[in-house]
Amino acid sequence: MDFLRPTAWPDALAMKAERPEATPIQGGTDVMVEINLDKGRPAALLDLTAIPELRDWSREGGEIRVGAGVTYSRLIAELGTELPGLAQASRTVGSPQIRNRGTVAGNLGAASPAGDSHPPLLAGGAVVEAESVRGTRLIPIGEFYTGVKRNALAPDELIRAVRVPAATGPQYFSKIGTRNAMVIAVCSFAVALDPGGRRVGAGIGSAAPTPRHAPQAEDFASERLDWDGQGPLDPGVARRFGELVAASAAPIDDVRGRAAYRTHALAVMARRALGWAWDDLRGSA
Amino acid sequence: MRVNVTVNGRPMTADDVWEGESLLYVLRERLGLPGAKNACEQGECGSCTVYLDGTPVCACLVAAGQAEGREVVTVEGLAVPDGGSDGELGGGLDEVQRAFVDAGAVQCGFCTPGLVVQAHALLAGSDGVPPDADIREALAGNLCRCTGYEKILDAVRLAAARRAESGSRA
Ligand SMILES: Cc1cc2nc3c(=O)[nH]c(=O)nc-3n(C[C@H](O)[C@H](O)[C@H](O)COP(=O)(O)OP(=O)(O)OC[C@H]3O[C@@H](n4cnc5c(N)ncnc54)[C@H](O)[C@@H]3O)c2cc1C
Ligand code: FES
Ligand code: FES
Repeated sequence: MDFLRPTAWPDALAMKAERPEATPIQGGTDVMVEINLDKGRPAALLDLTAIPELRDWSREGGEIRVGAGVTYSRLIAELGTELPGLAQASRTVGSPQIRNRGTVAGNLGAASPAGDSHPPLLAGGAVVEAESVRGTRLIPIGEFYTGVKRNALAPDELIRAVRVPAATGPQYFSKIGTRNAMVIAVCSFAVALDPGGRRVGAGIGSAAPTPRHAPQAEDFASERLDWDGQGPLDPGVARRFGELVAASAAPIDDVRGRAAYRTHALAVMARRALGWAWDDLRGSA
Repeated sequence: MRVNVTVNGRPMTADDVWEGESLLYVLRERLGLPGAKNACEQGECGSCTVYLDGTPVCACLVAAGQAEGREVVTVEGLAVPDGGSDGELGGGLDEVQRAFVDAGAVQCGFCTPGLVVQAHALLAGSDGVPPDADIREALAGNLCRCTGYEKILDAVRLAAARRAESGSRA
């Protein structure tokens, strides 16, 4: 095995072009588990943690560009206002030690259907900034997940950053598990309100082969919410929203939960999350 | 490969490190520091918790090469070097370590080094005695199969109270 440790981003891209089979490693919270348990031995490790620019985030217009090396802990500490949905999801990842190392880019690289960053990235309309020696590709989040633990990256590409619109309204993340920590989601849900654009974003996790949007639910709520009057949320609208979210899932039975349970739980989480978000919006008006 | 890393303030070098090896393995098997424990090797138990550049992490999930040029502090590094004679309980121990002993928070002791480092990090960032919810949250990634956790919570509260009393910070 080789251990490659570039200290500059262009060098990392050159190494990945030359060694497309090299496995990138950041927090190592997925990669090292595989190696320790001998589930697979990469030909080479491409360590990205010595590249300073990956560790930064910046605001570019209405967008937050989160560098691939930004840990969950920093996201929670520094981006709770700009990206509340993603920060909430980050708070539920693993334990403090895992959050001190793990990154959203690693979550995207692993592309587990249960990854916690995915629902808020979907709800918030994120774009993955993939780069190779050939140039930069901006991949809309809905096109990034291509199958169970598969993503749209080409073999020579690395994730440079994820770009997420700064929140323009309330956002919520909700996750079901057996404990309040160290839990892989049984299923999860995120909602984001954009009152200016009168749009609702909805992302679901751990309830289909990939994380995915709930487009019918998004369209329905965007249309039916009382954006002008901002009256109390119509319980019928909330319930229907939950049903449509559940209908867009394709869950399976597995050790963590049955498909029927996941469908039911998604409907409940979606209904409640929309309620919390709507109440916040009304409260802030 | 060769890995250079500062451990507990001392520059150290490990040779013949396998590229897929963890920092935990290097500490325990190559640098003679068995304080951090190897229990699960998958980030679930926290018994391998060490400081990496001042941040507590699971050493089993850090690739050895990622620690190149960085600073590691293990449970061995928390004790005060000339704080007391060998074998005398309490001698040379850090406040958190002493509180674990005094509160009876140690049974088999396997989880203790990781818990001590994680609790140390919690107290370094808090004023006074943190609320129970914060202590539980901070220790959520450290498993103990013996104590039932109550004495561990007692130990953290005790260390925090003593620290607040003496006005010191970690
Ligand atoms: C105890 C424990 C608890 C966990 N709990 C949770 C949880 O609650 N929720 C959750 O979602 N996840 C959880 N995880 C999984 C893991 O922590 C997350 O997936 C995390 O986001 C991975 O980030 P990382 O930086 O550690 O990735 P790494 O392990 O370094 O990499 C993960 C994958 O991404 C690839 N990759 C990394 N960086 C890049 C890049 N810049 N470009 C392209 N590919 C890249 C790697 O090659 C690898 O395939 C847990 C893991 C452990 C060990
Ligand atoms: S040995 Fe590292 S977390 Fe268990
Ligand atoms: S004292 Fe035995 S595992 Fe905690």
